[in-house]
Amino acid sequence: MKVTYFPGCTLKNKAKDLDLYAYKSAEALGVTLEEIEDWQCCGGVFTTANDEVATKLSSVRALKYAVDKNQPLVTVCSACHNVIKQTNHAVQTNSQFADKVNRYMADGSYNGEAEVYHYLEMLRDLVGFDKLKESVVNSLKGKKIAAYYGCLLLRPNSVMRMDDPENPTIMEDFIKALGADAVVYAKRNECCGGYISAESPETAKKNSQAIINNAKAQGAEMIITACPLCKYNLVNNGADIPVVYFTELLAEALGVKEDTNE
Amino acid sequence: MQRVGVFVCWCGSNIAGTVDVKAVAEALKSEPGVVFSTDYQYMCSQAGQDMIKNAVKEHNLTGIVVCSCSPRMHEATFRKTAAAAGLNPYMVEIANIREQCSWVHKDMLSGTEKAIILGKAAVAKVNLNAPLTPGESPVTKRALVIGGGIAGIQTALDIADAGFPVDIVEKKPTIGGKMAQLDKTFPTLDCAACILTPKMVDVAQNDKIRIFSYSEVTDVQGFVGNFDVTIKKNARYVKEDICTGCGACVDKCPMKRIPNEFNLGMDNRPAIYIPFAQAVPKVATIDPNACNMLKNGKCGLCAKVCTAGAIDYTQKDEYIEEKYGAIVVATGFNPISMDKFDEFAYSQSKDVITSLEFERLTNAAGPSAGKLLRPSDGEHPHTIVFVQCVGSRCESCAEKGKEYCSKICCMYTAKHAMLTRDKYPDTEVYVFYIDVRTPGKNFDEFYRRAVEEYGVKYVKGMVGKITPEGKKLKVQASDLLANKQLHIDADLVVLAAAIEPDKSARPLATMLTASMDTNDFFTEAHPKLRPVESPTAGVFLSGACQGPKDIPETVSQAGAAASKVIGLLAKDKLTGNPCVAGSNELICNGCSSCANVCPYGAISYEDKEFRMPDRTTKVRRIAVVNPAVCQGCGACTVTCPSGAMDLKGFANLQIMAEVDAICK
Repeated sequence: MKVTYFPGCTLKNKAKDLDLYAYKSAEALGVTLEEIEDWQCCGGVFTTANDEVATKLSSVRALKYAVDKNQPLVTVCSACHNVIKQTNHAVQTNSQFADKVNRYMADGSYNGEAEVYHYLEMLRDLVGFDKLKESVVNSLKGKKIAAYYGCLLLRPNSVMRMDDPENPTIMEDFIKALGADAVVYAKRNECCGGYISAESPETAKKNSQAIINNAKAQGAEMIITACPLCKYNLVNNGADIPVVYFTELLAEALGVKEDTNE
Repeated sequence: MQRVGVFVCWCGSNIAGTVDVKAVAEALKSEPGVVFSTDYQYMCSQAGQDMIKNAVKEHNLTGIVVCSCSPRMHEATFRKTAAAAGLNPYMVEIANIREQCSWVHKDMLSGTEKAIILGKAAVAKVNLNAPLTPGESPVTKRALVIGGGIAGIQTALDIADAGFPVDIVEKKPTIGGKMAQLDKTFPTLDCAACILTPKMVDVAQNDKIRIFSYSEVTDVQGFVGNFDVTIKKNARYVKEDICTGCGACVDKCPMKRIPNEFNLGMDNRPAIYIPFAQAVPKVATIDPNACNMLKNGKCGLCAKVCTAGAIDYTQKDEYIEEKYGAIVVATGFNPISMDKFDEFAYSQSKDVITSLEFERLTNAAGPSAGKLLRPSDGEHPHTIVFVQCVGSRCESCAEKGKEYCSKICCMYTAKHAMLTRDKYPDTEVYVFYIDVRTPGKNFDEFYRRAVEEYGVKYVKGMVGKITPEGKKLKVQASDLLANKQLHIDADLVVLAAAIEPDKSARPLATMLTASMDTNDFFTEAHPKLRPVESPTAGVFLSGACQGPKDIPETVSQAGAAASKVIGLLAKDKLTGNPCVAGSNELICNGCSSCANVCPYGAISYEDKEFRMPDRTTKVRRIAVVNPAVCQGCGACTVTCPSGAMDLKGFANLQIMAEVDAICK
């Protein structure tokens, strides 16, 4: 299976692991990630201002690219996923917005036909957790792993349509498919503080520590996340258990982690 | 050719206000078959009816068209009038020129035009009417009540009181239902057991009532007055008629760590058990999934200690077949699972409980002997948060919750909060609500007492997240009236879980061909005027199987259902509705399309010998309609691919004549 892949800026800098292991793992599962040739930054945040178009054009181009390739569009960063899905939804539901963005399109128009998947959704819906389970080489049996969703990955639910934002199971099912024990804890879908770490590091620290402590209290030995900003906040605010990208854990279970550690 | 009389009603100004009734009567005069046409202010009045009767005699009428209100309103009235004048009552047709005409039109012109057209259609139909005679069927004078909670108990007692035998089928080892698990009952706070258990004893001692406990209904055939029901009596491995309920076996059973369902798993019971002290019947039951003797033949202690010799490890499930005239559904409700509401941390902390668990915790016969203690560490909680509407009124989360209001939660939460403050004044109690809904006699006063006299803190807003932290439950919520976020360190959280119909209701509805709504609540025949009857004749509804209900309402409905059953069983014969389907056996090819769409199970098939034109005989499969079961809905007539199925009184020819008259 071939899919169109939108990595995002952070994945080429601070979050190289998220990107690299996404590639390797997909390959091991028989999925080829075909990176969009000239992708641009998603903008980082989907602005709710209705008249804002410029920051959303990169997403529209990525969506159109996938449609032209006749492939699903896959992203792995929580933020990119959020921006692209929200932009797609805006094109589908707001004709004024669709008209505006199409005036910037070089060839052909885009009308919301693309199917956008988060990498986790790809694993669940396109690959299948059953098949993933069969592909595991190094079972993570006995490891107690906590999924950290953050605030962005599943919300707003009406647009993301990925999982119940209050009681998600997709990452827990992912952890179980790798053979490990999934630790459920209350704060797994609370905000880490996000960009507030630039403005008020204390607030981010308070939020992040509450999340780490809650996960540990429920027995977690490791936290996984899909968001570079979440990882940054947790790691830099005193996480004393490993915080890794879910793709790294995936690569480890699939036995493709070692040969990437150059 | 019929001799038709047309009677146009003014209905005061209801019809005459927007329909020129005289013009209608005049226009219909020239329709085929019409020999008399008139109008009158109130056709349903005695004078109006007399006018019809006189016209029948005077003009020798064979058919009557009344242009008036909906047939739902007065069809029966005018049929009686026709019968009194010596006509067959099914020679009357109603043209609805009120609800579907005068009430929906604003100007006289279009109202009158439409009334004339509707009148013409009715005339066209009555020209093809034929006299119909309803059939009769006998009534088995015995009732079946499915479910032995307070609804089933009350219905059974009331039916038995009228002198008819009743059987109760209850799937649990004892009757009593949810009410037996409750502590106190609102709004008077009498103890549930004190008012329920005497009724349970009444049931046990009433010689008109038989209890099939630990049993379920597995098959229902037949129709109103004549149901054939199969009841499966599950093996309880104890001879019911010998067991004295002494409890010696329960004490001696070595398998003591089976979660006790009566206390919602908050404590344990042995493999052989009596659910609670006042159980009816008070006999022991062996849980086959837990008993060592039944699983691998090792043990047999209970048989050794039973002085009565009641234990029987070889007992088998038993099937009982019985005939009934009426069936009452009283299958009740359950709280929904909290699995998908983990924002309230139900799976993460033992100190997050449901309201029904709270009932057991405060009940003197419960796992903590009535002391309100935290399930995790047995300590007294000092701050308790009640969360209402968990899964109720949940429009945005239809896949995990319910869109409807569960109705009983506001009142029982007020009760819990009040009782807590009364018994433990050092406890702070918060109640989070979307709306407080307490209509009902003395209900709102009850809620206000909780707030004003007992100092319960009611907060409008929902709890967003509960995080267990050490011994505390960190509750994060919003106070919508103060427009601020609240953080409360609670010791105990009680969730008012939405209620849903019991899981057994859906397969039972299929067996009974009784209709249900999308939430699996049984549908009543009419939401206002026939609230305790199912649309399926002979099937009645009692209690929460029809919709969320509290105890007072359940008991009222149970009594109402009983009175309907008594009314049915008091008859020796039932008069059917003659407007039923019939299959033309010469056209029918036995394809089963009609039986597949029949919601009442009225159609069966038989092989019949036909004499062919060439004098050979041929056996063909044909559809046969049971007129006692058919409700005349017409689903089969439109489904039949060969046009063999027709409805008496609403024949295809008649309908087409009406359509032609409208389109002329």
